[in-house]
Amino acid sequence: MKATAINNNYPHVSHRDASLGYRRREHVLMLLLMSPAVLVVFVLLLIPLGWLIGQSFYADGFSLEHYQRIFTEGIYWNTFWVTFRISFIVTLLALLMGYPIAYAASILPRRWSMLVLALVILPFWTSVLVRAYAWLILLQRSGVVNESLLGVGLIDAPLALVHNELGTIIATVHILLPFMVLPLYATMQKIPSDLIQAGASLGGTPLHVFMRVFFPLSLSGVLAGMTLVFVLCLGFYITPELVGGGRTVMASMLVSRNIQLYSDWGAASAVSVVLLICVLAIFYVVSRLVPLEKILGAK
Amino acid sequence: MDERDSVGVSIRSISKRYGSTEALKDITLNIEPGEFMSLLGPSGSGKTTLLGALGGFVMPSSGSVWVGDQDMTYMPPHKRNIGIVFQSYALFPHMSVGENVAFPLRARRLPKSTWPERVKQALAMVELDGYQDRGVSQLSGGQRQRVALARAIVFEPRLILMDEPLSALDKQLRETMQIELRRLHRKLGATVVYVTHDQREALTMSDRVAILKDGELVQIGAPETLHNNPKDSFVASFIGDSTLLPVTRIDEHTVQLGTHTLRSAKPIAPHAELLLAIQTEKLLIDDGLHEPGINRLPCRVVEAVYQGDSLRLFLELEDGTSISMRQPSHHTALQKIPPLGERLSVVLHPEDTIIVPRAGCAPPATNVA
Ligand SMILES: Nc1ncnc2c1ncn2[C@@H]1O[C@H](COP(=O)(O)OP(=O)(O)O)[C@@H](O)[C@H]1O
Ligand SMILES: [Mg+2]
Repeated sequence: MKATAINNNYPHVSHRDASLGYRRREHVLMLLLMSPAVLVVFVLLLIPLGWLIGQSFYADGFSLEHYQRIFTEGIYWNTFWVTFRISFIVTLLALLMGYPIAYAASILPRRWSMLVLALVILPFWTSVLVRAYAWLILLQRSGVVNESLLGVGLIDAPLALVHNELGTIIATVHILLPFMVLPLYATMQKIPSDLIQAGASLGGTPLHVFMRVFFPLSLSGVLAGMTLVFVLCLGFYITPELVGGGRTVMASMLVSRNIQLYSDWGAASAVSVVLLICVLAIFYVVSRLVPLEKILGAK
Repeated sequence: MDERDSVGVSIRSISKRYGSTEALKDITLNIEPGEFMSLLGPSGSGKTTLLGALGGFVMPSSGSVWVGDQDMTYMPPHKRNIGIVFQSYALFPHMSVGENVAFPLRARRLPKSTWPERVKQALAMVELDGYQDRGVSQLSGGQRQRVALARAIVFEPRLILMDEPLSALDKQLRETMQIELRRLHRKLGATVVYVTHDQREALTMSDRVAILKDGELVQIGAPETLHNNPKDSFVASFIGDSTLLPVTRIDEHTVQLGTHTLRSAKPIAPHAELLLAIQTEKLLIDDGLHEPGINRLPCRVVEAVYQGDSLRLFLELEDGTSISMRQPSHHTALQKIPPLGERLSVVLHPEDTIIVPRAGCAPPATNVA
């Protein structure tokens, strides 16, 4: 039905504007060229997503059973609460650590700033799995951290740094830090040094200029970095699974348990859909404040 | 805003190296209180670096900077109390016009109740009162420039620095702003150091002009001095619109140009390479009425280009040397111009016969002190 309506409309327009017809042919050609890519995206992304959403509403026929369970059962509520809390703490810690790093990288001479950024990004290229195990070893009862603290005499008994929420937070902050530093650096590095010089020449102390000029202008980077880290953290799986020791359950672990233990694809799908909706909602709210391209780094 | 005491600036043998480039080479420059001093030079000659040393953004490798009786060489920028207008204007994009202009007042912790009046006064100076609540992005280039200016004068600095403040504006606006800036300078009575690469702008606005080349101070003087007594061929070619022709010295007041002998009113020091600097507007068509002592050059018209306000003639001397002259485009003057190819004679007054040594070329050893 719709197709005929379009076919009726376009020839009418192209009568009036011959170049439009040419442009349309070009559009068709472009679409043809893009079609393999579109097909891949469709097959790999949209079909599974549709299937996922379908599953979440299926339990021997259409049913809201899975969603009902999520919104009524304490274990689900609790998991989502833990997930959001951890994500929030991780985001704040990543910001507190990432801001000075990005700031240093943005004001240092180019050679040094590249070194700082390389140090931030380098771990990024090693497997998340390897880094999770590395944290396990570092933070365990007889790990380097505890041994050192004991050795120095700061503590009398080993601290429980791992197999709990603290361990999850430490390792996740480490893994997600580049996602905070890179958008921050991209924003800071675009703040013209003229503005900082102008601030100083007008009588602003370095602190005043930072608070009144640099920081406000870096806020879009702060928002971008926080959004990325928060959203990635919401769906984090390997690190909390390994470093959290099974006691700190995040939403993604609920998905895997529903499948691995109970083979309940419907329940797993429903949790995924709720997570997805949360992520989209966050992106929507943030995109009203900062253009979305900026968050995703496309500029 | 009231008349205020202005301060003199003393730049004492300042040098600045960046790795192997010498951005400033032993520059000494004294600027009088209340003076409008321009730093003029081609791009890369060190103008911004010198301004940076005054503003506190560039730490000189050696030498010192004094403002009034205070050594400011190592004083951080925010303590200097110098108003700076940046080439990019450097307005804070997240603040309104009013907030931008109030920035220096806030930074100085002046009582908030005094801000609106002072912001208003400063904006009125640049004819932008009423724009307080506008966003910076809503302003045109000329308006931004004026906001930057208001922000630099609102705290009543005794010294104002400007780095090519008009270079981003179109020609017409630039010329209006030149007059505006001069007016403002007189009104404020502050000392102004003004950077430009536009010689006409420097001559229009300044009490004195300092000419920089490759980090060196070549010559400093009033506009007429630079125009009429350029120190060397660099200044002569940079200031005004001139043709440089090699000449040989015959005696203190005479040089040989090809087969012609020219008299110069000013004494000519012996030098290995001397050049005659003919400014296009100093040549006149010989109508036989000029005094006998004047320099006459027989030539031929090769081309005439009509440029609206003037006519530019390209001439060829008898020995083939090309020169050019400018003739104001009023009727009586245009009538005197012969058709292309025709012979004529042009005159150059001995007072306008400027002989300069070639830049970067040492005078003969006997003259070195
Ligand atoms: N921060 C810097 N690092 C290295 N070289 C510089 C720096 N600033 C200026 N220079 C060099 O110093 C010279 C003078 O520059 P500048 O003062 O900006 O000239 P101008 O303002 O007259 O165009 C140039 O050769 C420039 O490349
Ligand atoms: Mg410059």
